[in-house]
Amino acid sequence: MQLTGAEIVVKCLLEQGVRTVFGYPGGAALYIYDEIHKAGDKLSHILSRHEQGALHAADGYARATGAVGVALVTSGPGATNAVTGLATAYMDSIPLVCISAQVPVPLIGNDAFQEVDTVGITRSCTKHNYLVRDVRDLARVLREAFYIAKSGRPGPVLVDIPKDVSNTKTEYTPANGEVNIRSYRPTMKGHPRQVRRAVEMLQAAQRPLLYTGGGVILANAWEELRWLTLALDLPITHTLMGLGAFPANDRHFLGMLGMHGTYEANLAVSNCDLLVAVGARFDDRVTGKISAFAPHAKIIHIDVDPTSISKNVRVDLPIVGDVRLVLEQINAVIREEQTEQKQIDRQAWWQMIEEWRKKECLRYNQGPEIIESQYVIESLCSLTDGQAIIATDVGQHQMWAAQFYGFQQARNWLTSGGLGTMGYGLPAAMGAQVAFPERQVVVITGDGSIQMNIQELGTCLQYQLPVKIIILNNGFLGMVRQWQELFYERRYAQTDIAVAPDFVKLAEAYGALGLKCNRPEDVLPTLRQGLAHPGTVLMDFQVQRESNVYPMVPAGGALQDMILGELL
Amino acid sequence: MKHIISVLVENEAGVLSRVSGLFSARGFNIESLSVAPVGDKQSSRITLVTGGDGPIIEQILKQLNKLIPVIQVVNLSDGPHVGRELMLIKVTTDRGANDKSAREEIMQIVSIFRAQVVDATPTSLIIEVTGDNDKLHACLAMLEPYGIADVVRTGQVALARGNRK
Repeated sequence: MQLTGAEIVVKCLLEQGVRTVFGYPGGAALYIYDEIHKAGDKLSHILSRHEQGALHAADGYARATGAVGVALVTSGPGATNAVTGLATAYMDSIPLVCISAQVPVPLIGNDAFQEVDTVGITRSCTKHNYLVRDVRDLARVLREAFYIAKSGRPGPVLVDIPKDVSNTKTEYTPANGEVNIRSYRPTMKGHPRQVRRAVEMLQAAQRPLLYTGGGVILANAWEELRWLTLALDLPITHTLMGLGAFPANDRHFLGMLGMHGTYEANLAVSNCDLLVAVGARFDDRVTGKISAFAPHAKIIHIDVDPTSISKNVRVDLPIVGDVRLVLEQINAVIREEQTEQKQIDRQAWWQMIEEWRKKECLRYNQGPEIIESQYVIESLCSLTDGQAIIATDVGQHQMWAAQFYGFQQARNWLTSGGLGTMGYGLPAAMGAQVAFPERQVVVITGDGSIQMNIQELGTCLQYQLPVKIIILNNGFLGMVRQWQELFYERRYAQTDIAVAPDFVKLAEAYGALGLKCNRPEDVLPTLRQGLAHPGTVLMDFQVQRESNVYPMVPAGGALQDMILGELL
Repeated sequence: MKHIISVLVENEAGVLSRVSGLFSARGFNIESLSVAPVGDKQSSRITLVTGGDGPIIEQILKQLNKLIPVIQVVNLSDGPHVGRELMLIKVTTDRGANDKSAREEIMQIVSIFRAQVVDATPTSLIIEVTGDNDKLHACLAMLEPYGIADVVRTGQVALARGNRK
């Protein structure tokens, strides 16, 4: 069957099970857009108000569903605007396929209108990328792009399609069989001997600790992880990216670790004799001072990406493989060996942990006058039973959300962990809401971050996405201000942003519901009203201007040397 | 310590920039790099020389393997191997009355190092010399006093000895 490149794009998207594309049109993308238009209901397209929004929306869609998110942008500025979204997804290993249009092949390299070297620019922020110069390669490349995006350690893949390629006909053959790339074969199963060794180490450990990250979510491995944790009665801590893998209200869960981790989680790391890292990568925000990280522990590291192993911290037992398959293998050995009956009694270890827990390191005081951000998030958590999909931006509100929203399920937490992209939250929430129109999707953001992609309110209204936005408005770029307070003698260089729009009026200008809340006693009523409203809602909470996120491990400090809050 | 790393890649556009970009982005060092298609022209062999301690070399090997178009990565320095490099040296011989004896001395050096003269003009010679790093350095040092106008080197290429891959 003879099809044009643009027709092949649509065919391949449908063939991959794609039903929604997030994007923004432009000159070089016209043929592809024309085919999307013709595809009608088979392929819906969400028009963002900025390409960055389209990429984050595809990213939020991917995080919430586990499927590959798809974005479509035009050449030149379309592609450069997509870069932050690609880099965000790359750092957090989110499966995306971004199709970018390019100027016609004969014009490439001529500094044509809206030309950039998209493949060159995005090389270091994608898992892989392609420039399709020949329409005969297009179908194969698109199938490879999806396969690469979702297999192994997932990540964004970009396919750059010149305008003339999208308008050239070629013979199209429907997909048959698996994609086969001779130079790309991710390891799936863990080495059986390493797996047995891991179980032996778990059995013998006096003070074991599970430290798990985004890899558990990406591999859909939370059931296996829960089984392991409960079967061997292990304490467990999550990275920022790992939240939701284990229910936050279970006694085995110690909270998040790292720079803003809990007292009990960080001290457990510092005192454990066996640290089992699962789908986590020993990021600097997690380890603090490397030489003082888990100093008494043997380390087991389970990860699908060999480059993550022994990159920052030397490990004693590496297991390369898909996290879910490896945990399945470990659990099978445990069942077979009845390890839970053979393992060492760990009462003393649990007693230590319970002592640390008594510190109640997240304590804060909600006074009668000024709203505390933590109180807003705790109230949101109780009103939604910890079941909402939460998207955040970056800064203090993000850390408070991580600390105070007790996640009960995986894939409910959309946050830019690795890149720390302000402006991520609202578009990511849109993507999740598109995937789950009936679910409660809430953006927790700050007055700084929300202004980085606030134009996406227009998208919410156009597609009637009932996203709920909670602005914790302190008139500051709060996290930077916190560092200035603690480490730069309170010189608040360029962090006071008290001049801001009236967010309520802004919401109303877009046609959304805007609510303002100044008083602690109004927090619950405002949240109830906002959450119950059927459409898009923006809630502006005027909160304590200068409060800090605690505990805090100063950058480069050892985990046990936390700064605790004023109340402790 | 120096490591000679052999990287078999798909022979496609942009693959060299993926490899070199990886080194610059992660702050790894490239001492020399050579690349050419091999076999059926479907693949290319990149031979690169780099330095670093054990963990850095381990990261370099893993990161190279992670690139999608990379088929195989071998650290040749892990075992016995043969390494060669080609160098062209342009020596000036424009020294008036002493020119003739200078040329004779240069010819002697060329023969000691089993090098060859591949071009001659009234004022210069181009000498081609092949060998390992030490030999090239030694040859260059001997020719230095005659006046070197230009030097170009290919960077090392290498193969493992025997049946080792």
